Amino acid sequence: MTTTTKPATPVATTRGRRPGAAALALRQGRLETTQFLRSRESVVFTMGFPIIMILIFASIFHGTIGGGVKFTQYFITGMIATGLMTVSFQNLGIWIPVERDRGVLKRYWGTPMPKWVWFAGKVIMVVVIGIAETALLLAAAVALFDLDLPSTAEKWFTFGWVAVLGVTACTLCGIAISSLARSARSGSAVVTPIALVLQFISGVFFVFTDLPTWMQQVAALFPLKWMCQGLRAVFLPESFGAQEPGGSFELGRVALVLALWCVISLVVCLTTFRWTTKRDG
Amino acid sequence: MHDELAISVRGLRKAYGDNVAVAGVDLDVHRGEVFALLGPNGAGKTTTVEILEGYRRRDSGEVTVLGTDPAQADPGWRSRVGIVLQGTGEFDELTVAEVVRHFSGFYADADDPDKVIERVGLADKAKARTHTLSGGQKRRLDVALGIVGRPELLFLDEPTTGFDPEARREFWELIRDLAAAGTTILLTTHYLDEAEALADRVGVIAGGRLVEVAAPNLLGNRQEALATVSWRTPEGTVESAQSATPTAFVADLAVRYGGEVPGLTVTRPTLEDVYLTMIGHAR
Repeated sequence: MTTTTKPATPVATTRGRRPGAAALALRQGRLETTQFLRSRESVVFTMGFPIIMILIFASIFHGTIGGGVKFTQYFITGMIATGLMTVSFQNLGIWIPVERDRGVLKRYWGTPMPKWVWFAGKVIMVVVIGIAETALLLAAAVALFDLDLPSTAEKWFTFGWVAVLGVTACTLCGIAISSLARSARSGSAVVTPIALVLQFISGVFFVFTDLPTWMQQVAALFPLKWMCQGLRAVFLPESFGAQEPGGSFELGRVALVLALWCVISLVVCLTTFRWTTKRDG
Repeated sequence: MHDELAISVRGLRKAYGDNVAVAGVDLDVHRGEVFALLGPNGAGKTTTVEILEGYRRRDSGEVTVLGTDPAQADPGWRSRVGIVLQGTGEFDELTVAEVVRHFSGFYADADDPDKVIERVGLADKAKARTHTLSGGQKRRLDVALGIVGRPELLFLDEPTTGFDPEARREFWELIRDLAAAGTTILLTTHYLDEAEALADRVGVIAGGRLVEVAAPNLLGNRQEALATVSWRTPEGTVESAQSATPTAFVADLAVRYGGEVPGLTVTRPTLEDVYLTMIGHAR
């Protein structure tokens, strides 16, 4: 038997060469973003989808909907909301099961990395990609379809908080739903139908008030409808609010519902998140 | 201060439903030791090791790893433990250097990433995306991630499965290097030669129990087992005999044949023989 003993190693944490908490989170965010951008399917699917949809829809429909609002203007608000949902909910709901299945999460778990850093990395990635994707979408819409950008600081502020709350809710939902997938492949089977149905019933592809009432009521239970509505308050004239189901853009209710989704999905995340697959015991 | 045991396990039990994976394991691993857990698939190796790594909860028993119960693992403890899991191939889009550098950032006392990459023999692959690596190279990357934090204790779960013989030899050298530097190593394997080549002591695990713990050359009392002497008779048939005193037996034979004994071999049970007996495949 070997009798070599290591000279008493000082407790590692006292050396303190490790980056601080904020730096760790930023490093993690950079790594996640790099991985995302280098994965061609992710970039095409997440960033490309909303832009392709805008090109198709805006080329097909030229008319106006009530109050002199161009359909393009209406549709783009829906696509911005969809884009934000894709980058957060679908992106995480599809990729986290893959990473869990491949043992990426297990490997992180085995390091001294504080667990919140991993979540922070995902959030940073979602925010970076979300901003880039929204900017791209706005630029394309302005250049090709004469989209009118928000005219007041107040509207930009509304844009900001609706986007932040919406992305937060969708990010947390994406993390929460990732635990439902049993294997790497089933992530997209779980998430894609949900996202697609929500897009149809939340007024992304159609004017929301043209949908059957029961469908509107179902949609009102989920975040996407409220994100679309909040963004309409930003991109459509004040007068259009009268045509909303509630008789106004109901920004207070938008905030309330999205915040509620944040809280619910956070609780689900905290209680059900798994770092390993079921077969790992 | 530092007790001499890196790992201490008493009465460890773990069941998945009705299936008892670990049925009462006692185990001590000393600091600086290379200990191999040897056993067939499904014997309870991985379950045992993953409990020691803090990945799984145990049903009962006492477990202390580096002075701490791994079920209570905190970042301070994690920074002293290196883990090489069975799975590989996780960071397809990143380069070797990016992955190792990133993981080094999790440790206060991390080794220089470039040095670690060099040490595991991936220097010329540092800028390659990890999905372009061969199976053996991916395994080296796993080891790099396991040792970049300069662990006091390194877990290696079946580290060379799927290696070609040359890659295994090189890998063994790396493990010997780490052991020589004082790292305590607990490895699981189902390769006997690997256990024999690397381990100071071997624990044979079967059916969730530790059947025997001994130095590889003493396993199953190999040293005291009867030796088999065989030789060729002048008629051309092979004759053999069991003997507790093979030296005297061979001396007698030499006298009988007046010098050289044709086709002489003296063997004791191989590690494989005693191992297969132990895990219940007596031949």
